[in-house]
Amino acid sequence: MAELTPKERMAIERHPMPEQRPEDRVKNFDEVPLGFAQEVAMREAARCLDCKSPQCVEGCPVSIDIPGFLKLIEKGDFKGSVKKIRETNFLPAICGRVCPQDQQCELVCIVGKRGKPVAIGSLERWISDYERENKIREIPEVAAATGKKIAVVGSGPAGMTAAYEIRKRGHDVTVFEAFHRGGGVLVYGIPRFRLPLSVIDEDLNFLEKMGVKFIYNTIVGKSMSLDDLLGSEWGFDAVFVGTGAGLPKMTGVPGENLNGVYSANEYLTRVYLMGAGNFPDNVTPLYQGKKVGIIGAGNTAMDAARTAKRLGADVTLYYRRSEEEAPARTEELHHAKEEFINFKFLSNPVEFIGDDNFFIKQIKCDVMKLGEPDDSGRRKPEATGESFIDDCDTAIMALGCDVNPIIPTSTPEIEVNKWGVVVADPETGATSKKAVFAGGDLITGGSTVINAMGQAKRAAAALHDFVMEQGNAFGYWK
Amino acid sequence: MPKLYEIVEKQDLVPGMALFHVYAPMAAKNMKPGQFIILRVSANGERIPISISGWDAEKGTVRIIIMAAGRTSTEAVALKQGDCFQDVVGPLGEETHVEKLKGTAVVIGGGYGTGAVMPPARAMKAMGNRVVGIIGARSKDLVLLEKEMREVCDEVIVCTNDGSQGVKGFVTDGLAGLMEKEDVQWVLAVGPVPMMQAVGNMTKPKKVKTFVSLNAIMVDGTGMCGACRVTVGGKTKFACFHGPDFDAHEVNFEELMLRQKMFVTQEKIAMEKLQEVK
Ligand SMILES: Cc1cc2nc3c(=O)[nH]c(=O)nc-3n(C[C@H](O)[C@H](O)[C@H](O)COP(=O)(O)OP(=O)(O)OC[C@H]3O[C@@H](n4cnc5c(N)ncnc54)[C@H](O)[C@@H]3O)c2cc1C
Ligand SMILES: Cc1cc2nc3c(=O)[nH]c(=O)nc-3n(C[C@H](O)[C@H](O)[C@H](O)COP(=O)(O)OP(=O)(O)OC[C@H]3O[C@@H](n4cnc5c(N)ncnc54)[C@H](O)[C@@H]3O)c2cc1C
Ligand code: SF4
Ligand code: SF4
Ligand code: FES
Ligand SMILES: [Mg+2]
Repeated sequence: MAELTPKERMAIERHPMPEQRPEDRVKNFDEVPLGFAQEVAMREAARCLDCKSPQCVEGCPVSIDIPGFLKLIEKGDFKGSVKKIRETNFLPAICGRVCPQDQQCELVCIVGKRGKPVAIGSLERWISDYERENKIREIPEVAAATGKKIAVVGSGPAGMTAAYEIRKRGHDVTVFEAFHRGGGVLVYGIPRFRLPLSVIDEDLNFLEKMGVKFIYNTIVGKSMSLDDLLGSEWGFDAVFVGTGAGLPKMTGVPGENLNGVYSANEYLTRVYLMGAGNFPDNVTPLYQGKKVGIIGAGNTAMDAARTAKRLGADVTLYYRRSEEEAPARTEELHHAKEEFINFKFLSNPVEFIGDDNFFIKQIKCDVMKLGEPDDSGRRKPEATGESFIDDCDTAIMALGCDVNPIIPTSTPEIEVNKWGVVVADPETGATSKKAVFAGGDLITGGSTVINAMGQAKRAAAALHDFVMEQGNAFGYWK
Repeated sequence: MPKLYEIVEKQDLVPGMALFHVYAPMAAKNMKPGQFIILRVSANGERIPISISGWDAEKGTVRIIIMAAGRTSTEAVALKQGDCFQDVVGPLGEETHVEKLKGTAVVIGGGYGTGAVMPPARAMKAMGNRVVGIIGARSKDLVLLEKEMREVCDEVIVCTNDGSQGVKGFVTDGLAGLMEKEDVQWVLAVGPVPMMQAVGNMTKPKKVKTFVSLNAIMVDGTGMCGACRVTVGGKTKFACFHGPDFDAHEVNFEELMLRQKMFVTQEKIAMEKLQEVK
């Protein structure tokens, strides 16, 4: 068909993502966005103006050749399109679903200046689903064996990406994982209705097909030390650490230890790692009352709220700032509102009130107003002196996480900052301990999947230089 | 080479309680006294914490004693030699603080606790301390590991509630007698929470350093969920990560006992489902 003119391309409306209806989807854990049909995807891809200096590529932390892969979709060369993405992104099926596109690639898309940006994330999802469903994914040729042995600690997005990038370069890679399965927060944090298990397992299986070995139920820093891994017994030449954040922040208010008060990590791990949603077939128990209160307004809070809804509760979310300041992805906040979650903004929980057998029954909140911006630039919430009490027989604290201290506390030479976050060189991921590189939430505190992947890619490249004694990374630990 | 998490040896101790040697090399390799593991008995099972009563780093095995309390421990006790646990992960928690004393060290075990105090007892003995072991049990046929405790400790006091062996009464009765005749300077008590609380109450006035191993409800065991949070000295601690041992005189035992009941309704249902299947 004739090449469309920019004007014609601009005239095409952005196609809305088809979704399960709210009243249906609150009764199941199937994926909410249903994905594009092929013609819809090709038409949406045709909206891309194939800019000569594409802003969107700058907006992507792993700088995917976005116009490149979109043009190949428009032309119907789907195999070529996913191959193009895979030049720089190992987990497109995941990023297409969970990336905060509206603050990254789609934020700066030219087409978005007048109207809606090209649906880059949804197309990235579409093409990777197409690849998986049509089984056209090729195992990339792995470089000749270098004889070097590399350990990767943690199998979240950082660990998976590092394992891929390092294995691809011909090294022998072993991933150590504390839990009994891989995926990190992708599995025990992000819910199934946002990220199906089949998508994650495909990437984990793919790593195995590439020759990456996985050792589960093993806690580095406990089962063995980093020095053991680098020593003669294990004989690894270098280690990449991607052990994530993981230490839940608590409110610190009275009544926080009442039964029925969870951290979001505990609640989501019971449901998504241990399958407590279909107790007693799965034996891990979950206590959940009728009225669930969620504290916080980030991705985690939305996920906890929507999960509690699907498990039959009347859910109210309390956030001390206003809706504009809510850190959750816009799409997820929108989905939560559609799914009958009640929102009480400018409400700050100050006490959980228990009944006489120590179970939470009410939550007390201060009514807030917004004052001057604090050091993070967000306006500081201030108490107005008013407060209210709601019935609440389950509370889930979704306040983010600090860094899991097992590795830092067991390896004193690894430098951490005052928040316990591991210090790593932004370009090479090198930590203060020789031969140890790091990436992901471990070096940033709670962040995003795509940032974890970007850091893992840079660290893998530097680690490669280090073990091959080439480039500048080798000189890092003079 | 045994299969991963295979039960290489099993002994039925008393009805509802069994001792296992399990092949779990990653757990055995670096195990220290006072640490524990978390295991599952099936793919749809829950994760339960179990203390270590011994290990062999070369053979890669850990020794555990399981008492049938509810659904998962009952399923575990029914496993046979050659069966495999679904998974075993560890070592978890911090090791028990051991030190050379001038006076006497006392280890107190109630129920499975007798196994749990064995490694710390060996460690205190290896540092040249005089170590006295107190074993609590309802009656003489429920006294655990007496022979081994006598090999490890300089002296063993058995306390049975029905008086069928040793001192009639509770471990605290045994401890009271001991504290009168010896300079007790260090105590580790592991067992039911009321027992640990009673030991703490007895040693607090005399300011005798006392550790207890808290059995809070756990999920991951690595400090990432907060299920196991306990209050110690007015501060929230995670039993799986900061513990399981804590200063008995600082522990809020009431809160621990209340939090242990968070899932009793579900636990009853899970147990009934097991009995249905049987
Ligand atoms: C509920 C929730 C929702 C989120 N939603 C989004 C979203 O929509 N979009 C987005 O971009 N980001 C989201 N995030 C953030 C994103 O999940 C993280 O930034 C990302 O997972 C970090 O990846 P990672 O590999 O560094 O760590 P993790 O994903 O945390 O993985 C770390 C892995 O290391 C293992 N491990 C830890 N310690 C050890 C040890 N000592 N030895 C061996 N293994 C160990 C852990 O078991 C885990 O498997 C969300 C986070 C949460 C909690
Ligand atoms: C650090 C630690 C060491 C332990 N060591 C041993 C041991 O060596 N031998 C042994 O037999 N038992 C030990 N326990 C106790 C054991 O974990 C519980 O008996 C077991 O989890 C009960 O599970 P269940 O399904 O059999 O019974 P359930 O009917 O599910 O529970 C019975 C009671 O056990 C407690 N419990 C339930 N689930 C858990 C859990 N996931 N974590 C902790 N407690 C729970 C609760 O108080 C519950 O009311 C230990 C516990 C901890 C925390
Ligand atoms: S990886 Fe994320 S930021 Fe990059 S193109 Fe895909 S959705 Fe956009
Ligand atoms: S900025 Fe938008 S229109 Fe331009 S290349 Fe990127 S996606 Fe296409
Ligand atoms: S069991 Fe999850 S933090 Fe201790
Ligand atoms: Mg149970």
